[in-house]
Amino acid sequence: MTSITDAPQSPLPFDARPRRTPAGRAIRWLRTNLFASVTSSIISVVLIALLAKAFVSLVQWGYWNAIWIVSGNQTGPCRSIRGLGACWAVIPEKYRFILFGTYPFNEQWRPALVCLIFITLFWVSSRRNWWRKELVLVWAAALILIGVLMWGGVFGLSYVSQDRWGGLPVTLILATFGLAFGFPLGIVVALGRRSKLPAIRSLCVLYVELIRGVPLISLLFMASVMFPLFLPDGVNIDKLLRAQIAFILYAGAYLAEVIRGGLQAIPRGQHDAADALGLTYWKKNGLIILPQAIRHVIPPLVNTFIAFFKDTSLVLIIGIFDLLTTAKTSIIDPAWQQFSVEVYVFVGVIYFVFCFAMSRYSRQLEAQSRPG
Amino acid sequence: MTTSTPELPRRRRMHLRLNRQQINGLIWQIVVVAIAVAIFGWLWSNALHNLSVRRISTGFAFLGREAGMPIADSWLAYSPRDPYARAFIVGIVNTLRVAVIGIVLATVLGTLIGIARLSSNWLLSRLAAVYVEVLRDVPLLLQLLFWYVLMQGLPAARAAWKPIEGVFLSNRGLVLPLIPIEEANLWVIAAAAAGLGALYLLRQQLVARQMADGKARPLWPYALALLVGLPALASFGLGASWTITLPELRGFNFVGGLTLAPEYFALLIALVTYTSAFIAEIVRSGIQAVPRGQWDAANALGLRRSFVLQRIVLPQALRVIIPPMTSQYLNLTKNSSLAVAVGYQDVVSIANTTLNQTGQAIEAIALIMAVFLTISLGISLFMNWYNARIALVER
Repeated sequence: MTSITDAPQSPLPFDARPRRTPAGRAIRWLRTNLFASVTSSIISVVLIALLAKAFVSLVQWGYWNAIWIVSGNQTGPCRSIRGLGACWAVIPEKYRFILFGTYPFNEQWRPALVCLIFITLFWVSSRRNWWRKELVLVWAAALILIGVLMWGGVFGLSYVSQDRWGGLPVTLILATFGLAFGFPLGIVVALGRRSKLPAIRSLCVLYVELIRGVPLISLLFMASVMFPLFLPDGVNIDKLLRAQIAFILYAGAYLAEVIRGGLQAIPRGQHDAADALGLTYWKKNGLIILPQAIRHVIPPLVNTFIAFFKDTSLVLIIGIFDLLTTAKTSIIDPAWQQFSVEVYVFVGVIYFVFCFAMSRYSRQLEAQSRPG
Repeated sequence: MTTSTPELPRRRRMHLRLNRQQINGLIWQIVVVAIAVAIFGWLWSNALHNLSVRRISTGFAFLGREAGMPIADSWLAYSPRDPYARAFIVGIVNTLRVAVIGIVLATVLGTLIGIARLSSNWLLSRLAAVYVEVLRDVPLLLQLLFWYVLMQGLPAARAAWKPIEGVFLSNRGLVLPLIPIEEANLWVIAAAAAGLGALYLLRQQLVARQMADGKARPLWPYALALLVGLPALASFGLGASWTITLPELRGFNFVGGLTLAPEYFALLIALVTYTSAFIAEIVRSGIQAVPRGQWDAANALGLRRSFVLQRIVLPQALRVIIPPMTSQYLNLTKNSSLAVAVGYQDVVSIANTTLNQTGQAIEAIALIMAVFLTISLGISLFMNWYNARIALVER
C-alpha cells in the first residue's frame, strides 16, 4: 500500500539526470552527435585534432604573423615572412585595380556605383512580391543607367572607352547581360525544341547540342579569333562585345534545357484547355504554359545562374579584364609578385559571397515551393 | 482564329490535305530555315572572302606539316619536328589522361564526402558541408590558379618534401615510384584480367544455382584461385620482375619513377576537388531519395549499417544518381580545357597554338569540337548502357 502512495513522489529514474541544466544539455548533445558510438568517437577525436592543428596554423599565417600594411612598395618585411605569414598589405595597395581595372582613377566612383546598382537590381528581382511586369521596365532603366555611367560622354561625364573597363563591373556586366539576353533566347529555343515542326525542332536541337557539347573556352576562342573572320570588311566589333555575344549564346543553350524541363512538367490538359479557348500559339505559351513552367524550374535556374556567374571568369584566357584577370594582373608588379595567394583569397571571397547568396536564395525558394 | 472558312472551296482542301494550322506551320518552317540559311551563307561568304584576302589557306592539309611546337608533358614519343596531326594526338591523349583519372578520383572522393554529409557524426557532416559549399561557390579557374601558385611555391627539387620513401613533392611536381612494365609483366596483368572475367562468369553460375536450390555457395575460394593464384603462377612461370624503381635526386632533377608535372598535378587536383563537391551533392540527394522505410526494414532484419548502405540503399540510390553524374563527368571533361590557363598542353591548348601558328581558326575549332563531341558521346553511351543495366527490373 505504502509503495503505491509513495510512488508519485518518488523521482522517476530519468528525472535524476541533469537534463535541464545547460551543462547537462551540452553533454547530451555531445553524446548523441559526436560520441554516439566507438567509430563516431574515433572520427570525432581525429577530426578535432586535425581541425585544431589546421586552425592554429591558419590563424598563425593569416592573422598572427600577417603583415597588414606597408608603406609604398617596401615589401621587404613581407618577403622575409613568406610562407610563415600572409601579406595582406597587397590588398589595400591593389584593391582599386582589382575591383575596377584600368578605369580612370578619379572616375572610379562610377563603376563602384554601377556595382551597387547591379546588387540592388539583383536584390529587387529576388523579392517574390515584386515579380510583376513593371520589373522589366526597372531592368531596362537600370541597364541604360549602367551604360550611361560606364561609358559616360553625356551629362558632363567624361567618355571612357570599353577597353579601359575592368574588374568587378565587367564580371557583373558579362553575367547580367548574358543572362538578360540569354533568357529570352533560351525560352524561344526551348519552345522550338518542343515544337511539332521538324525543321525548327532540328535547328534548335543542333544549336543546343553543339553549344553544350564543346567547352566554353572553345566558344570564347571562336568569339575572339573566328568571329572577325565572319564579318564583312571594315566592320569591327569590340572584343568585350564579342565575348558578350558568346556568353549570350552559351547561356541561351543551357537555360533552354532547364526551361524545357519545366515545359515537360506541364500536364497535357493545360495545352488542351488553352487550345479549347481558341488561344493562339504565342498567347497559349505566354499566358498559360510558360508562367507555370518557369515557376517549376526556378531553383535549377538559379543554379544555372551561379554556374554562369562563375564561368564568366574564363574570359581571363582571351584577355578580357574581368575580376579574375585584374587580380592576376595586379601581381605582375615585381614588388608584389610573390603574394598571389593573398590576392586569390581576396577575389575568391568576392566570388563566394555572390554565389553563396544565390545558392542560399535557391534553397529558400525550394523550401517555399515544396508542398505541405 | 480557327473559325470555319466558308469561302474556301471544300474540294481544294480535300486535294491538299492540309489544314490551316499545317499551312501555317509550313510557312513558319520555310521562313525560319530561309533566315538561318541566309545568315550562315552570308557569314560563310564573308569568311571565304576574308580568308582569301589574308592569304589563309583552308582545308586540313596543314595536319601533315611540321608542327614545330614543343610539348613538355607527353606520354607518347613526340618531337617538335613531328606533324600537326601527331601533336593533336598527343593533345587528345593528354586530355583523356586528365579526364579519365579525374573522373575516377572525383567519383571516389565525391561519394565519400556525400556519405560523410549524411553521417550521424555532427562534426563530420558539418565539415563535409563546408567543403561542398566553399568549393562549389568559387570559380574553377580561380581554384586552378590557386593550386598552381601553391605548387610553384613548393620547395625546389633539392629540398623536396618526402612524405614517404620514394615519393617526392617539389616545384617539379609529384614524383612516384614506378614498376617498369615489360612483356612478362603484361602477361601477368593479362592473366589477372582473364581471371576476373572467369570469376564474373562463375559468379553468375553460382547465383543461378543458388536461385534454383536456395543454397548459398562461397565464392571466395574461386576468387583467391583466379585473382591471386593465376597471376602468381604466371609471374613465376615467366619470371617477371616486380622490382620497384625508386626515383632519386640527381643534380637538379629526379631520375627514375613516374613524374606528374606541376601543371598536370594542379589541374588534376583542381578538377577532382571541384567536381567532387558536385558529386557529393548528387550522392547525398540520391541516398536521401531512398525511402526511409528501406532503412527501417533493413534495421529490423538486424543488418549492419555498412551492409545496409552497400547492399540495400546504394543500389537503389544509384538509379537517381547516374543521370546527373553523367553530366558531371561531361563537365569535368569539358573543364579540363582550362589546362590552357596553367600551360598544360591538352587538345584545346594545342589547337590554340596551331591556330596562332597557321591562322586556320575554323579548322582548329572544328577539330576541338569533333574531339569533345566524340568524348561526350562516348561518356553518354557508356553511362546510358550502365544506367540501363542497373535500371529497376519490374516483375
